[in-house]
Amino acid sequence: MWHLGTVISLHDETATARTITLEVSDWPGHVAGQHVDVRLTASDGYSAVRSYSIASAPNSEKRVELTVERLPDGEVSPYLTQQIAVSDQLELRGPIGGWFVWRTQQTEPIQLVAGGSGIVPLMAMIRSRVLARSTAPFQLLYSVREPGAVLYREELQALSDQDHSLDLTYAYTRVAPKDWPRPAGRIDAALIANTTWPSKLVPTCYVCGPTSFVESASRLLIASGNDPEKIRTERFGPTGERQ
Amino acid sequence: MSSDVDDYLDGNAAAGELSNIFAMDITAAEGQCAHCGAIKRFAEAHVYLQAPGLVARCSVCQHVLLRLVNARERVFFDLQGMRSLILNTSRLVKSGR
Repeated sequence: MWHLGTVISLHDETATARTITLEVSDWPGHVAGQHVDVRLTASDGYSAVRSYSIASAPNSEKRVELTVERLPDGEVSPYLTQQIAVSDQLELRGPIGGWFVWRTQQTEPIQLVAGGSGIVPLMAMIRSRVLARSTAPFQLLYSVREPGAVLYREELQALSDQDHSLDLTYAYTRVAPKDWPRPAGRIDAALIANTTWPSKLVPTCYVCGPTSFVESASRLLIASGNDPEKIRTERFGPTGERQ
Repeated sequence: MSSDVDDYLDGNAAAGELSNIFAMDITAAEGQCAHCGAIKRFAEAHVYLQAPGLVARCSVCQHVLLRLVNARERVFFDLQGMRSLILNTSRLVKSGR
């Protein structure tokens, strides 16, 4: 039920987020959008379990990448972002979830909406699409605090530059870059109307972020004409601090 | 329990723990609320992890769908708020195995 993963590389994505690449010898394979539970056990037997989305596309190399955002008062994330070292081992349960997933057989337009580190499972979908040479049209609306907090920026930019069917929009909530067309602020009806698929194309929407973000983004998508049945959501962090 | 209070997660967050009990993926399963009759994917349920255990509530009427408490070597599992649960066997995405 639990797998043992060995850390094979670490990569800092931002000042507070780190990607951990694990090799899991008995990994059964995963689908983009799924997550794992990570269990840390202290020497006195105390253990803590947290869920983290898988960032990597399904692959045949038994590799799993997790991108973890450090929470100031977190119990698990400071260890995963600051102390863990290559060749350390982690206990993983998963892959988990068969609803918040994108499968390579899907050909309909896809609308991804990320709040903060809610980008992680959506990135797995984007990477899966590339790996499978899928031509399903993807749009990503990525709401993020400030430019320095953007995860996977260069990879996203490169992918959207070379593929016109991957469209990328950033919405900054606190600090926008200079000359950015839209002032910093939360996503709103106008942004949804201007940067997401028209509802008449019947896109499948995947929304991931803190609970308050997911609630407001799904409400806006429904208000702009999307069928609630076509909106799949995943919420994390009761306080939204994981952003 | 108002849905305006953002102190809940959703059924995805309960799926790892529930994989101890269900061999099949629970998030895509369709559950019917015993109180209001709404049929929703379990992924959409509102899940509270800060209780002493795990509580899932209907996203429509907020009534309790299931409760799960781990106490030492035993698991207490209460499903009385869910009238039925339809699991999909066509996609063999196992959870937690």
